[in-house]
Amino acid sequence: MSALITDINLSDPDGFYEALINTHSDLSSTQSEALNARLVLLMANHIGDLSVLREAMTLARSSILTDRMAERA
Amino acid sequence: MQPDYQHLKFPYQRPADFGHKPPMRVPVVVVGAGPVGLAAAIDLARRGIRVVVLDDDDSLSVGSRALCYAKRTLEIFDRLGCGDAVVNKGVSWNVGKVFYRDEPVYSFNLLPEPGHRRPAFVNLQQYYLEGYLYEAAQRLELLEIRWKNRVINVSQNADHAEITIETPDGEYALTADYVIAADGARSPVRSYFGLESKGRVFRDRFLIADVKMKAPFPAERWFWFDPPFHPNQSVLLHREADDVWRIDFQLGWDADPEQEKKSENVIPRVRALLGENVDFDLEWVSVYTFACMRMEKFRHGRVLFAGDAAHGVSPFGARGANSGVQDADNLCWKLALVLQGAASDKLLDTYGEERELAADENILNSTRSTDFITPKNHASHIFRDAVLSLAKEHPFARRLVNSGRLSLPSTYHASSLNTADSEIFDSAMCPGAPASDAPILHALGQHDWFVQLLGDEFSVVVFTDHYQTTDVFDMSDISDVTVWQVLPPEAGNQATFDKHQRVIIDREGLLAKRYDAQSGTTYLFRPDQHVAARWREFNKKTIQTALLKASLQEVTT
Repeated sequence: MSALITDINLSDPDGFYEALINTHSDLSSTQSEALNARLVLLMANHIGDLSVLREAMTLARSSILTDRMAERA
Repeated sequence: MQPDYQHLKFPYQRPADFGHKPPMRVPVVVVGAGPVGLAAAIDLARRGIRVVVLDDDDSLSVGSRALCYAKRTLEIFDRLGCGDAVVNKGVSWNVGKVFYRDEPVYSFNLLPEPGHRRPAFVNLQQYYLEGYLYEAAQRLELLEIRWKNRVINVSQNADHAEITIETPDGEYALTADYVIAADGARSPVRSYFGLESKGRVFRDRFLIADVKMKAPFPAERWFWFDPPFHPNQSVLLHREADDVWRIDFQLGWDADPEQEKKSENVIPRVRALLGENVDFDLEWVSVYTFACMRMEKFRHGRVLFAGDAAHGVSPFGARGANSGVQDADNLCWKLALVLQGAASDKLLDTYGEERELAADENILNSTRSTDFITPKNHASHIFRDAVLSLAKEHPFARRLVNSGRLSLPSTYHASSLNTADSEIFDSAMCPGAPASDAPILHALGQHDWFVQLLGDEFSVVVFTDHYQTTDVFDMSDISDVTVWQVLPPEAGNQATFDKHQRVIIDREGLLAKRYDAQSGTTYLFRPDQHVAARWREFNKKTIQTALLKASLQEVTT
């Protein structure tokens, strides 16, 4: 079973980040939200493996909850 | 001329045993003359078991209610003797279409391969189904329906169950070996034992408008997400018999059911969908909510809960009546074997074991559909719309669109009645699976269908590449199980076999394909037409062991 890669795996990290931000340029918050949803679905289908996806979802959610605790502190 | 099933009244008749002391004893009492209760009663009576059905009302269903009968359920109706009536009167369909706003997103075919007797679905108003089941019941001497017999208590002891019944003549009692509680979602019988059906209630309301009209729509299931004529909600359109169409509008939780039911409020909604120029009559209107829930155990001693009494689902997926009829299909052969002394009472535990998992499967699927159709928070709404937008162009997103995963029969993978595979098969017909259909020819040349052939007893099916005298497969010294020999399509021309023997021809070779069969491949089917075991060769000894296991009998040799 494959695991979620959290070491650097992007071929061009700075290029990716720039492209991600540019994809959202000139969009309203609502449009950005809709775009992110589409992006998640497209990338999820590309990854395919539900166990990897679950791992990513768990990690993302726990990161949000950690942030919230930090906000409260 | 067909009777007007919706308005038939069945007069109360004073039971012949009214007031008898001690009360009359019958093998089985069925509570509820809905589709599940009637199917169970017919199945039992056909198996030689005397059964009394008690119903608190004096009529069949009013309104279309349960509407879509799935292929597997139709095969069960075939076995019970009313499949043709249901299919001939109903509207057969295989295709579903999904729309998002004003555009078609995609369509799906629920029966993409030919070579099955029955279509994926038949739509038919519930009162017709109940009418046909009622007529099938009338033909059975061992089956008695008692209308206006309201069950007001059920109790049980080690020997029997006692049913207290209220009638226009007052109260009387019956005793029974077993009681089948098919008395609906609010099951009074459940409450007499302090039992509950637990689960998740959905905070949403839906309006059903049945309209009679001459409309240009095809016999397909059409589903709209957020259509211009009913913004922000979903709408479902189904064709029924007699040029009646069901339109199901999502209303939201805040809708007032009494207001929404008024025709002056329903008609504009229908008109918005159909346009100004279509004439229609409102046949029936209903506002409903639903819950996905089930009882923890379907067996409670001598009382067996079935259908909505045992489990409830959302209507998206047509899993309510279908799973209820499949409960009856699972239960009745077991009950008959137990009552005939051919199997131990423990066999009835496997009804719970198999159908509780089937209910979980139905609840899971219908809950997922409901969560997609009616998003419960902002994020799920955003994702739902993203899926629908991508679905127009991308096949992967179409697979995520969930307007209802339509009823499929459960495979009893983990059943204790199965004999596990000891050889390799490349086919979905694993132990626990419901038999797949295929066209066949009988020895005398007449066309038939495989599932129909299996009938309602245990049967062994052996595939051979050439005819072998049936003494090769004779099991009569150890069992009365029926053994069928299946020959390949080309054997049809040779016709050298004895026409009286149990030989069939795999008319189009589909049977061997669907069952991954080679010469020697042998399947054992249960009386409900699910696979119990399969092997690569015919061996009386292993078949007998599997046969005993499939009815929980001890191996005595």
